[in-house]
Amino acid sequence: MSEEQGREAEKPLVNDTPVDAEREAKLKAAAEARAARTAAKEKAEASAAETVPELPKAPSPKQPELDKLAALIKQEIAESAVEDFYLNELNGDMPILIINNRYWREVAKLLKEHEELKFNYLRNVSGVDYETHMEVVYHLLSLDSKREAAMKLRTDRDAASVFSATPVWATANWNEREIYDLLGVDFPGHPDMRRIMMPDDWVGHPLRKDYEPIDPEV
Amino acid sequence: MQSWLNQPLTWGNVLVLFLWAVVFLFIVLGFVTYAIYFERKVIGWMQLRIGPNRVGPFGMLQTVADIFKLLIKEDTIPRKADRVLFILAPALAYVPAFSVLAVLPYTQNLYFADLNVGLLYYVALSGISTLAIVVGGWASNNKYALLGGMRSAAQMISYEVPLVISVVGVILLSGSLNLRDIVAAQGGGWFWEWNFLPQIIGFVVFIIAAVSELNRTPFDLPEAESELVAGYHVEYSGFRFAFFMLSEYVYVYAIAALTTVLFLGGWHAPAPFLDFVPGIVWFLLKFAFIVFFLFWIRATLPRIRVDQLMALGWKVLLPVSLLNVFLTAVYLELFIKN
Amino acid sequence: MIRTEELLLNVGPQHPSTHGVFRIIVKLDGEVITEATPVMGYLHRGTEKIAENLNFTQIIPYTDRMDYVSAMTNNYVLVHAVETMMGLEVPQRAEYLRLVVMELQRVASHLVWWGTYLLDIGAMSPFLYAFRDREIIIDLFNELCGARLTYNYMRVGGVKWDAPPGWIDKVHAFIPYMESKLLEYDKLVSGNEIFLARIKGIGAYDATTAINYGLTGANLRCTGVNFDIRKAEPYSLYSQFEFDVPLGSTGDCYDRYRIRLEEIRQSLRILRQALAQFPQGGDTMGKVPRVLRPPAGEVYVRIESPRGEIGCHIVSKGKAEPYRLKFRRPSFVNLQILPKLLVGETMTNLITILGGIDIVVGEVDC
Repeated sequence: MSEEQGREAEKPLVNDTPVDAEREAKLKAAAEARAARTAAKEKAEASAAETVPELPKAPSPKQPELDKLAALIKQEIAESAVEDFYLNELNGDMPILIINNRYWREVAKLLKEHEELKFNYLRNVSGVDYETHMEVVYHLLSLDSKREAAMKLRTDRDAASVFSATPVWATANWNEREIYDLLGVDFPGHPDMRRIMMPDDWVGHPLRKDYEPIDPEV
Repeated sequence: MQSWLNQPLTWGNVLVLFLWAVVFLFIVLGFVTYAIYFERKVIGWMQLRIGPNRVGPFGMLQTVADIFKLLIKEDTIPRKADRVLFILAPALAYVPAFSVLAVLPYTQNLYFADLNVGLLYYVALSGISTLAIVVGGWASNNKYALLGGMRSAAQMISYEVPLVISVVGVILLSGSLNLRDIVAAQGGGWFWEWNFLPQIIGFVVFIIAAVSELNRTPFDLPEAESELVAGYHVEYSGFRFAFFMLSEYVYVYAIAALTTVLFLGGWHAPAPFLDFVPGIVWFLLKFAFIVFFLFWIRATLPRIRVDQLMALGWKVLLPVSLLNVFLTAVYLELFIKN
Repeated sequence: MIRTEELLLNVGPQHPSTHGVFRIIVKLDGEVITEATPVMGYLHRGTEKIAENLNFTQIIPYTDRMDYVSAMTNNYVLVHAVETMMGLEVPQRAEYLRLVVMELQRVASHLVWWGTYLLDIGAMSPFLYAFRDREIIIDLFNELCGARLTYNYMRVGGVKWDAPPGWIDKVHAFIPYMESKLLEYDKLVSGNEIFLARIKGIGAYDATTAINYGLTGANLRCTGVNFDIRKAEPYSLYSQFEFDVPLGSTGDCYDRYRIRLEEIRQSLRILRQALAQFPQGGDTMGKVPRVLRPPAGEVYVRIESPRGEIGCHIVSKGKAEPYRLKFRRPSFVNLQILPKLLVGETMTNLITILGGIDIVVGEVDC
């Protein structure tokens, strides 16, 4: 049942490809315009690590792991599956990969089932409203190798939609429902997409930055 | 008492009998009041608590206050309940509970009815209380109450059978269904001549089945508060609830007295040289011990599961009690008859 | 032909054994559950939304109210996340104090679980014994920070209060006391036939299922998966102490029960070692800027709470308030397996299984 749902949900997204690129551009422009320190720093670091390893700062021991992970996904799924990847310095160099939503289902499956990766344990799913776009973060862990990685999926704010990871990791079920409830991100392929925290007839998604409570005094 | 019963029925006799019943009712109510107090105190001590200590000296009037509260409470009947049955159920629970007390003898001379089929009468009437619980659970129109009532029906029917069969051994030994004769058959000697040792299998089965009949821990499934909230009386409040509560404790009284009579030698002293102590004292001591035992296991044991309860009743207790009957019969045939 | 009908039973939100305002709608065929749908959100207070308008010190009391049975570990996960982001050093004495209160909290939390679980099973007395012993820990916390349940004790960079004189000795005295009481618990309950019949083989699942559902804590370890964040990804001072991670094998309620009791023992073991090395004197508050402004970026940290992995995902834009704060609550994630476990079980086992998962509704709903 979930597969069928997923296929149906795939259609609009495939048609959306030009919009996707447009959105990407908009997104990048916005990020630059705000000159957010993170973006700049992470970009610089990621590109630096790839091209010139001889920087004053020694490359992280996790860099090869990240490169390998990204290369593997690109090789197994598609070149465009990984939009970007970098290490999160603040978080003990956790590898972060930004996955193209179109390939997320395949990527998720690969991450879980690939012999070397075996990210069998999904520890957390977070949704973040960045005002320019929505982001869903999957924090993964392999219980065998104790390796960690975070997968990020970016989506448009107005028609926020990310393929569900529930068929792969059952953990995602309620977490995705919570994100749907509080941030309004739809998860095509989810077996039971309903509100979870708020009442069923609630209007709006409270954790969105532009959410206006019915009674502002509350 | 016996003489009153044997006389022709006149208005005067009816009045006397009625007054006796009223007096007895008050004795039973007094027992229930202080059994509840005793239970709360005993369990309180076992659980590092103090128990009731506010109303009256040492909290002695706590139960009185509780009952008073129940009586002045608003009488609520759920709108969708079956009114007639809902009202009938508490009375139906209480009447047999009180009626069975008639046949229990306390001493050689202190007893009410001297029925030849006393034991049978007891068992037959106490079965009616199950009906009350089912009716109450059904009439409440509440799913928890219904589940509680259903469980209760299943449980009581299952345990009625081993309970009755477990006492057949006692009947065989004493050759009578009359409770006074059963006590008399145990008398005169040392305490090991009471039925509980010769009939140890029957005694154990009887105790287990009796606790189950009482719906007390570990067999308190019909009102398992952690699953069914309160079970069959979830919709009852005020004095109707008080009646359910009352009949539960009256059955505690009845079962404790019955156990004393059937297995613990009734009013007989445990040793011949202790005969100078009045029989009623012995009776009350044994009786109090059984009541204490019931409260004690309530504070100790967790609750059994409903399917395990059924399995225990049918697969263990029933065969064991049948075996007991068989063994007793063989013993009587081989050693006593000749 | 007898016409049978399924019974739709609403368990909760006001039910004595759902541990708060959790609700589960079960379809019953007789007493057998054919379908279970959990409904939550009755205790949703929007902690994550509120946090976006508060600075980090102001958020700490809100974490107390998530898992109110284990507030200290919640405190820790937040301050630990901020410290990780800002690269702050915590003074030794403060870190030791944190560790001691966290382990005491673990003991207290497991005691509450033990007592209430036995209450669910139908035994009343153990509940009061557990609360007698938990009371000692609560008193210790009360002496330390003036609160019994919601402590608001930890701060970014340290702890709010130093231990009062004699406090460490009291914790010291508590350890042998608790060990003797654990023996008493075992004697009273662990071997009881009725109790064992109620929990052995109930709600069992295998390791693959547990991992797939993201279970953590005793719920994961009961299947034999050795994953305790204190060991696997040591935080605080845990790498300095010796302790075992109790593991189960069958993944049923009985294993979970044994593991939690054994975890109390291991916590006492850690406490004993920690108290032996407890630094004399020293600051309890590190050098921390007056206004906490973590650098822009994000961080996900996790620690082992009594219920499993509690995580904190902070997205910061360099302001005093978090841009987004997400808590990964173990109760919420662990509870997901419940509908799957319940199908085919009886109504009685619902309570046994739900109790065995050990949820705190404040944390489920956040």
